[in-house]
Amino acid sequence: MTAGTASAGRSLRVAATERRAAFGAFLLTAPGLVFLGLLFAMPLIQLFALSVEGGTTEWYAKVFADGLYTTIFIRTFEIALFVTVTALLIGYPVAFFLATTTPTWRAIGFALVMLPFWTSVLVRTYAWMIILGRNGIVNRFLIDYGFIERPMTLLNTRFAVVLGMVHVMLPFMILPLYSAIVRVDPDLARAARGMGASRFQIFRRIYLPLTLHGIVAGVTLVFVVSLGFYITPALLGGGKVTMIAMVIEQQVREFLAWNFAGALSVVLLAITLVVFWLLNHWVARRVPPATGQGR
Amino acid sequence: MDKGADLTVAGIHKRYGQVRALSDVSLTVSAGEFLTILGPSGSGKTTLLKVVAGFETPDEGDVRVGGRDVTDLDPAQRNMGMVFQNYALFPHLTVERNVAFPLEMRGTPKAEIRTRVAEALAMVELTGFEQRLPRQLSGGQQQRVALARAIVFRPTLLLLDEPFGALDRKLREAMQLEVRRLQQRLGLTTLFITHDQEEALVMSDRIAVMDSGRLEQVGRPRDIYDAPASPLVADFVGESNILSGTMEAGGSVRLADGTAIRVTGEGPAAAPGAKVRILLRPERLGDAGDQPGAENQIAGTVVEAIYLGLSDKYRVRTAGGVELLARIGASRTARQYRAGEPITVGFHAADARIIEVR
Repeated sequence: MTAGTASAGRSLRVAATERRAAFGAFLLTAPGLVFLGLLFAMPLIQLFALSVEGGTTEWYAKVFADGLYTTIFIRTFEIALFVTVTALLIGYPVAFFLATTTPTWRAIGFALVMLPFWTSVLVRTYAWMIILGRNGIVNRFLIDYGFIERPMTLLNTRFAVVLGMVHVMLPFMILPLYSAIVRVDPDLARAARGMGASRFQIFRRIYLPLTLHGIVAGVTLVFVVSLGFYITPALLGGGKVTMIAMVIEQQVREFLAWNFAGALSVVLLAITLVVFWLLNHWVARRVPPATGQGR
Repeated sequence: MDKGADLTVAGIHKRYGQVRALSDVSLTVSAGEFLTILGPSGSGKTTLLKVVAGFETPDEGDVRVGGRDVTDLDPAQRNMGMVFQNYALFPHLTVERNVAFPLEMRGTPKAEIRTRVAEALAMVELTGFEQRLPRQLSGGQQQRVALARAIVFRPTLLLLDEPFGALDRKLREAMQLEVRRLQQRLGLTTLFITHDQEEALVMSDRIAVMDSGRLEQVGRPRDIYDAPASPLVADFVGESNILSGTMEAGGSVRLADGTAIRVTGEGPAAAPGAKVRILLRPERLGDAGDQPGAENQIAGTVVEAIYLGLSDKYRVRTAGGVELLARIGASRTARQYRAGEPITVGFHAADARIIEVR
């Protein structure tokens, strides 16, 4: 047998092995694919089909026709943005603490972060209603101690909505931030400090660039989920703070306007995807792949 | 360039819970000196370095640099250059930006930063690598970047924390000499941490041997090797035979197996009858036939023979059951022994030295 046929035979064998491995991997993903296909992709396509039912674009025209829905879209984005920024500002220090403290404090900290995570959003939202209500804990305290005379309107405001949403979304921000920060070698901070860097400079020059991918992950997650929030704004906004998910639900439940609801959903999805794409694009340019990963 | 400053640590104690990491450590490193802290892992050498650098605060004692007390200063204000064990290069910054970092932190003007970074990179022979990221460099190159970054701001003190651990042997030896030359050229006071005794012997002006948080001995490499202050130092630095016996009149020591050997090497005085321990370096033991004038000759059997290229290493068991390590240098005439063969080893009385009297 010549060397040529021997090597050809070997490469055939390698190819067969690789094909088997690829097929095995495909089999493993199959349940997930079927699940997503049936419960996510199909309804999505149906929704899109509804929005253009009869070959008309009138439902889309209606979305942009009068300022009402545009206003709600803008408000939704404002609230989501506000929630995201607040969650980032609160979450980064917490994640930093969790990543750099002793194991005991880390365990305690994680328990505190995850505890609300395991409690129903509905329950937590009702808890905020009790805290923020006209006769709630905050108002009672301020009145009893003479800080104010008449109860403040805390509930049914944009403030209440943002507060409740930040509370719900914080773990989603903290977890990706934590996993990014914990991968930064603490010797880098030590080295920077030894070279004369202040604490702020260590954050600005070392931690911030090295955890940028975690920040983007957390921001994306929180922002995208916040766009579709329903329960929290509905309960804490008391009908005064309308977000787009509430409008869609109303169209379906009260007006049975499936086509219009479909159009609203598709617009929301499109905008979300664009935001998502922009963020990723920006990060890809700022952070070369594999930078910021631990050794 | 400016001469480095002298460093004094005085009466340092450091405790972590129940563990005494440092017990009454006092040490002076004179300006421009290369001093190595040598010790096994867990001996407290890294803790001492961290105390000097300011990453740990001692429970007691103080650190002075150039006569100034820096014990309570933040690391950022100590002006010490440090090379970390894993180099701690900033992975997101280019070589140039890494080296520029300490200067940027000091608000050095841009033009000056450029010239000094170029200077430092030239010193470590990395000119042309300015725009690379650390992960695009080999281990040895990363090491040089770390070194350039540690000296670019003209520190008063250079601290090296086991910087050669990750390099292969050839590269490590080259870097050792290179770092030593650079240090001497710049006159940098240097504190070097290692657990590698060979490295310590090669590089240092003086060595401080540390164990269990205490300094065991401080001295020139030759003194540490030839005249170790304790069995522990003898055992840690180089290979050694440490034999226990009883002092007899006339400068002889009777070993546990009954053999008497003459011991005239320098060491503490011992009265007849005292229990002593003797150090005998394996390379001073030879084939009795090749050791003319050796006062001591002991017959035994080769238990294990190891070929090491430069020498042969033999584990020899004497008739009385004492084990000796002998290193017999490779020469054209040296006889090779195999395990099981009888051998008579000889050594000069002056090469045996009492290192402990009990």
